[in-house]
Amino acid sequence: MKQERPQAAKQDPKERIKNFDSVSLGLSEEQAQAEAKRCLQCKKPLCVKGCPVEVDIPAFVKLIADGKFGQAAEKIKEKNNLPIICGRVCPQETQCEVECVLKNKAAPIAIGALERFCSEWQLNLQKHSKPKTNVTEGGNKVKLAVVGSGPAGLTCAADLAKMGYSVTIFESLHKPGGVLVYGIPEFRLPKSIVESEIDYIKSLGVQLRENVLVGKTITLPELFSQGYKAIFIAVGAGLPQFLGIPGENLDRVYSANEFLTRVNLMKAYLFPEYDTPINIGKRVAIIGAGNVALDAARCALRLGADESIIVYRRSQKEMPARLEEIEHAQEEGVKFHLLTLPTDIIPDENGYVKALKCLKMRLGEEDASGRRRPMPIEGSDFVLGVDTVVVAIGQRPNPLITKATAELKTGKHGIIIADEKTQATNLKGVFAGGDITTGAATVISAMGAGKRAARAMDDYIRRN
Amino acid sequence: MNQILKKEKLAENIKKITIEAPEIAAKAQAGQFVSLIVDKKGERIPLTIVESDRQKGTITLIFLEVGKTTFKLGKLEKGDNIVSLLGPLGKPTHIDRLGTVVTVGGGVGIAEVFPVTRAFKEAHNDVISIIGARSKNLLILEEPLRQVSDKLFVTTDDGSYGQKGFVSDVLKELLERQTKIDLVYAVGPVPMMRVVCEVTRPYKIKTLVSLNPIMVDATGMCGSCRVNVGGETKFGCVDGPEFDGHLVDFVELQKRLGQFCRQEESSRECCRKK
Repeated sequence: MKQERPQAAKQDPKERIKNFDSVSLGLSEEQAQAEAKRCLQCKKPLCVKGCPVEVDIPAFVKLIADGKFGQAAEKIKEKNNLPIICGRVCPQETQCEVECVLKNKAAPIAIGALERFCSEWQLNLQKHSKPKTNVTEGGNKVKLAVVGSGPAGLTCAADLAKMGYSVTIFESLHKPGGVLVYGIPEFRLPKSIVESEIDYIKSLGVQLRENVLVGKTITLPELFSQGYKAIFIAVGAGLPQFLGIPGENLDRVYSANEFLTRVNLMKAYLFPEYDTPINIGKRVAIIGAGNVALDAARCALRLGADESIIVYRRSQKEMPARLEEIEHAQEEGVKFHLLTLPTDIIPDENGYVKALKCLKMRLGEEDASGRRRPMPIEGSDFVLGVDTVVVAIGQRPNPLITKATAELKTGKHGIIIADEKTQATNLKGVFAGGDITTGAATVISAMGAGKRAARAMDDYIRRN
Repeated sequence: MNQILKKEKLAENIKKITIEAPEIAAKAQAGQFVSLIVDKKGERIPLTIVESDRQKGTITLIFLEVGKTTFKLGKLEKGDNIVSLLGPLGKPTHIDRLGTVVTVGGGVGIAEVFPVTRAFKEAHNDVISIIGARSKNLLILEEPLRQVSDKLFVTTDDGSYGQKGFVSDVLKELLERQTKIDLVYAVGPVPMMRVVCEVTRPYKIKTLVSLNPIMVDATGMCGSCRVNVGGETKFGCVDGPEFDGHLVDFVELQKRLGQFCRQEESSRECCRKK
């Protein structure tokens, strides 16, 4: 009999679109233990190979099966400094779980749900155990700087602190977490969880300095002259892209970054208790179909929109968002206008959005990305009545630090060029990783880069 | 951190505060700004750095109490702290020896032209300043500007002080009298900047304006501050805040500034009731 994976309890879609609380409530102890017992404990576990930060998956799953939930959480933390976050937002279906040998006979082990379960179980006990610090010879007291406090920066800082370095993270916003706090909404990743993960990293001795914009407040050469021996740049991809179509500067046209930053970081959903406003109408179109687009679409419903419509030029198959998120969005009533290309944003007499002029598309030959290229169907133009538009077609690397540091070698779209294995840049003692070196990608791939950089920085310090 | 060391009332609803901010003071140049949050639930707003003192490690801001945030900022006293302060942001003004520079400030915009006026003066330009307010009691920084200008003109809309009329009237007269002008630099309400640009356009005199669009992060990440400059979309926070005034779409700018009017209104009301 083909065994199914346990289904975590979820908030009812009708209820949850009225609040910003967590959608998935996580597994119960019984569910988690039963699921963990399904694990075959492979001698050569393929799942670990799928994990960018090399978590010892069979070991922590075994501990859950044995009811040792706290120990399971500690096991994950040996490699992964942000386990609850990964449990919630990692695309396990394309990483560890896709490698699980059970996937052919039954469903793969729900590794992500188990990771979240034991880490949250431990958090609820408020037992953030102080990890043993492993001080490397000569590494102690050496000052290192990390620029940016998103997943890559936090991971690198935590690993370096565990090695005994004195690490300071510089963050430009007033709150640490990067995309975890400004981008991913509360209902997918509660900010209290991000805070507790960051508290854990601080408990390792990492110093955090908010409101410092490296490149403006302080430059890379100045950091070196202040005694930092090496620097890791992890400033992310936060430069919003626009379509370049008429009407894009109308009122109530937002970049996804602006929309989500207002809602998540600045808590516009609690306006006027919080001071930052958001102005949306009743019919919101979100252009794009990645995770960011779906986050914006689901936020729009929670902010009171009657209709939230994804407008995407390709078909469902090509949507870059995680399947789980697409399903959640569908359950909540987000509508999908696929194979649709917006060409104009039409204003009303007051300069607000009145409608979106679109073209119908069909799929042609495969393009460079391996996806079938969308082609406009002649004479298929139509008008979609909407009063708010969110442009969620991707972000490019933040250009501030590279503009301020002309010697730093950059590549396509302004990414910083870094070595794949060591994350080293062309500048001595300067490393870079995460979205700033890849363009917008995932939390976990950024964390993997943070880990590689930490190792390479340690190596660099020992050699110099 | 970010402690208010000095506070002064310059005019009705216009306040000046000096804040301890050594890192920002060490870097700040004329034309740059900070992004600040007044309290824990506050929004981020941009304000021009009017003065910075490297030795003392302080910066000075001048603001008009117009929305909830500036009202709350105005309520803080000496010894209070601002929750968050980021800077210096934006591109500094390109200061050079150009010849004759006219700086034009309207309302609280006078505070913003002050550091630029001084910088042009220090670069050995002939500096003519034109400042204006609705009426005498709203006029600020007349003396400090006089000290850094070769000539200073003052206007008030109601004629209660200086010449009756607008700053743009004085600029027009200067041009009609064939004063040789190499650069005009204007800061103030959008309609004022627009008129100044229309006045200089036929004379083909380079005219810079420093814009104050709505910003959230103010570091180039949200795009809230996008401005149409010569048909291209620019971000006020990182590409600006200064732009060639002859290329700025002021109509769009004015519209975008009003985008949250209704929310701001309700926000201010509940602030007043408290």
